[in-house]
Amino acid sequence: MSEEIITTGAERRELISFRVGEQEYCVDIMAVREIRGWSPATTLPQSPGYMRGVINLRGAVLPIMDLACRLGMPVIEPTVRSVFIVVKAGDRMIGMLVDAVSDILSITDDLVQPTPDLACDAVRSFIRGIISIEGRMISEISLDRLLPEREALAA
Amino acid sequence: MDELEAIKVTFFQECEELLADLEGGLLAMQDGNDDGDTVNAVFRAVHSIKGGAGAFGLEPLVRFAHVFETLLDAVRSNEVPATPDLVVTLLRASDVLADHVSSARGLGVVDEAVSAAMAAELKACTDPNAAPAPAAVVEAPVFEAAPVAAAPAEALIGADDALDDDDLGFDFQPMTITIDEQAADVAAAAGNVWTVSIRPKSDLYRKANETALLLRELARLGPIEATLDASAIPPLDMLDAEAAYATWTVRLETEEDETAIREVFEFVDGDCDLEITRGEGLSADAALAALLAGETPAAIAAPEPVVIAEAPAPVVVESAPEPVAVAPVVEAAPAPVATPVAAPAPVAAAPAAAAKTQQIDVPGPGQSVIRVDPERIDRLIDLVGELVINQAMLAQRVGEYGIAPSSNLAMGLDELEQLTREIQDSVMAIRAQPVKSVFQRMPRLVREVASMTGKQARLVMDGENTEVDKTVIERLSDPITHMLRNAIDHGLESPEERKAAGKNPEGVVKLAALHRSGRIVIEVSDDGKGINRERVHSIAIKKGLISPELQLTDEEIDNLIFLPGFSTADKISDVSGRGVGMDVVKRSVQALGGRISITSRPGQGSTFTLSLPLTLAVLDGMVVDVAGETLVVPLAAIVESLRPKPEEVRPLGPVGSVLAVRDSFVPLIDVGLTLGYREASPPPTEGVVLLVEGEDGSRAALVADAIHGQRQVVIKSLEQNYQQVDGVAAATILGDGRVALILDVDAVISLRRREPPRPVEPTLIAAE
Repeated sequence: MSEEIITTGAERRELISFRVGEQEYCVDIMAVREIRGWSPATTLPQSPGYMRGVINLRGAVLPIMDLACRLGMPVIEPTVRSVFIVVKAGDRMIGMLVDAVSDILSITDDLVQPTPDLACDAVRSFIRGIISIEGRMISEISLDRLLPEREALAA
Repeated sequence: MDELEAIKVTFFQECEELLADLEGGLLAMQDGNDDGDTVNAVFRAVHSIKGGAGAFGLEPLVRFAHVFETLLDAVRSNEVPATPDLVVTLLRASDVLADHVSSARGLGVVDEAVSAAMAAELKACTDPNAAPAPAAVVEAPVFEAAPVAAAPAEALIGADDALDDDDLGFDFQPMTITIDEQAADVAAAAGNVWTVSIRPKSDLYRKANETALLLRELARLGPIEATLDASAIPPLDMLDAEAAYATWTVRLETEEDETAIREVFEFVDGDCDLEITRGEGLSADAALAALLAGETPAAIAAPEPVVIAEAPAPVVVESAPEPVAVAPVVEAAPAPVATPVAAPAPVAAAPAAAAKTQQIDVPGPGQSVIRVDPERIDRLIDLVGELVINQAMLAQRVGEYGIAPSSNLAMGLDELEQLTREIQDSVMAIRAQPVKSVFQRMPRLVREVASMTGKQARLVMDGENTEVDKTVIERLSDPITHMLRNAIDHGLESPEERKAAGKNPEGVVKLAALHRSGRIVIEVSDDGKGINRERVHSIAIKKGLISPELQLTDEEIDNLIFLPGFSTADKISDVSGRGVGMDVVKRSVQALGGRISITSRPGQGSTFTLSLPLTLAVLDGMVVDVAGETLVVPLAAIVESLRPKPEEVRPLGPVGSVLAVRDSFVPLIDVGLTLGYREASPPPTEGVVLLVEGEDGSRAALVADAIHGQRQVVIKSLEQNYQQVDGVAAATILGDGRVALILDVDAVISLRRREPPRPVEPTLIAAE
């Protein structure tokens, strides 16, 4: 769905930007279901380090991912300003733990630049592109790759 | 186009119900209930399938249904006696018909050879006996051109006034019709014969009157023969759905006088033209008109005037096991969007109905059944689960504020709690369905397995209306199939053996469902030879499943058949004998939190007893603390819980230890360590031990830090948003709103086995 949005060219779309450590990232606003304040998660055994665990989202079990850790940065220490951004990735919903939500950006796709080569593979596969706006550098997250493949870990 | 597809989906749903009715009716006939109602119900089922199939142009289905119907019609009019042999043939024909339906639906292919052979057999059954009726055989192209040809489709669309269209049932098929000319002549016997001609005006229908009711009322006065003159019905494109076109001519034999007959029409006075004359009024034309009489879909192609008393309007008296099966007309109207699953019967139909011909009062059109998308119900159940959790959270908060239990607030909360529980129960009841949907597939299975194994078996079913949650129903089919196969293949003897043993050559397999202490119990029993214990024992030893020295009780030997890799069949057959039978059943049953056992008496048969929770949406669990995390252990797996004494814990190997429970030693597993919650286990004596039994019967002692108590929890899927996690079966939400994981006991046991004790590895490397 979001792929199509990119190829349609000069249409404006909106992104939610947020902070992870000192860096800024964003996701398409259409993928965001809600933003929630931090609440402790139930640890999942046998899961990768970036999985914080699961929380109760109105009756559904929502996995929480530490975005910093997923991007290879130090684990986020939750503070009062930490939030989960609940996004829909494919047919799954996940909560991304981030340090703080910044603002909503309205951009056209020509503002999106390809990810520079210097980034490591892990980062490159999660970053769709980089947006330069008002002197800030904001990386757009590619949601489809964030969660591990179901089969891969189930084995 | 989509609309047509939706109608087609509805049609196939109805086909399923009709096929079930058909089979039910035939089975009732097999049990000796071959009264007119049953035969008519059977006929109507096939007929309705044919009618609908015609509307969708499903040629092969129509052709087969037609042959089938012709024979049934002959049976209905007593031209062909319903012998037990014939009923068996009809049952097989119903299987082929079911195949045709599946094939038309795109779910499988019909074996043309089988179908053709079956059709030929049906024809052969029809023909020789059809001779006594000296019949004018009329190719009736009339039907093809009949203006109302598209009526069934229209009925499905749900034209409001479908009830008024008395000719719903016509289909496109040119068909051979045997007109029994004698029908009209048989007439004037004894008694007073009246001819009543009824021509309803549209006002009659507008006032919600019904011709069928009038005719039925007339039939109370004496035997009637009603014929319909449909000649006034215009071509479809000129048809006014609100208008009345039909005229009935009724030949009535009664002792009553004209006044009594007029009384029947008291309420429709002025809304219909009524002519009552004494004596015969039935002409040959009327007889032909009778052929066209489509008072019900069932009535097409009837070779004799339709006797309304026996085949009344579909809406009112489609005799059906569940109200769901009412009639296309009613069903389709409220729900043009078809749902994939048949709506659950709201109220359990009388259990007795199963044995008799399912003569249940079908609710009138006003109180008809609603079909609901199951997803909506699931959503509702989720929401109510939420409500329960929320209510618990609220109660907890209020408790924290130290509000007195006698205060208004606390009492209000208590009421809220009660209400939420009631809502939860009611909502779960919506999703409950009778096990009939699973049971009704079994007669066919029994027939097939019996013929494959050369045995004679009769299936007796009991408790088809026992209700259980949809989630469980879906998973009952496989274990029941396996158990029935097993009962016939291994349980029943061959007819010769049975005769030699002084038994009826036909074995009886009984399938029963009942509720027992909050669980559903399914019993499959046979009256066969029972388990050959010596043989089972020796095979188990031969296959290395048990040690030869082991002394086993009879019961333990019986239950050896559940061991993986156990199979007593000498030859591998299609039916069973691959050695994947009963252990697979046992595992799948245990995966659902159920248990299965067998009891057997030599020479008298065996009984499998399967018990399952009534729902898979909730689970009884023990809430425990492990390394600061709250976990739920399924109660079904727990044998006992205990606090180990120091002398009961014995070290084994470098890191492992076992627990002495009475005379056996059980491996101790620290759940926190296994799930990776902590690096080192505290001494087991400081915690609590849950003695659990895995699906394969292996025992383990799980060490937890503390037990909070027993609780019923709502099962939530982890896979929905994440993926399966080793050692975790699912998740749930506790009263404080937090997610707790439900432990997968078997996975925890095998996880422990798989992981080599860590400290051992370096020494091994060092040794090399």
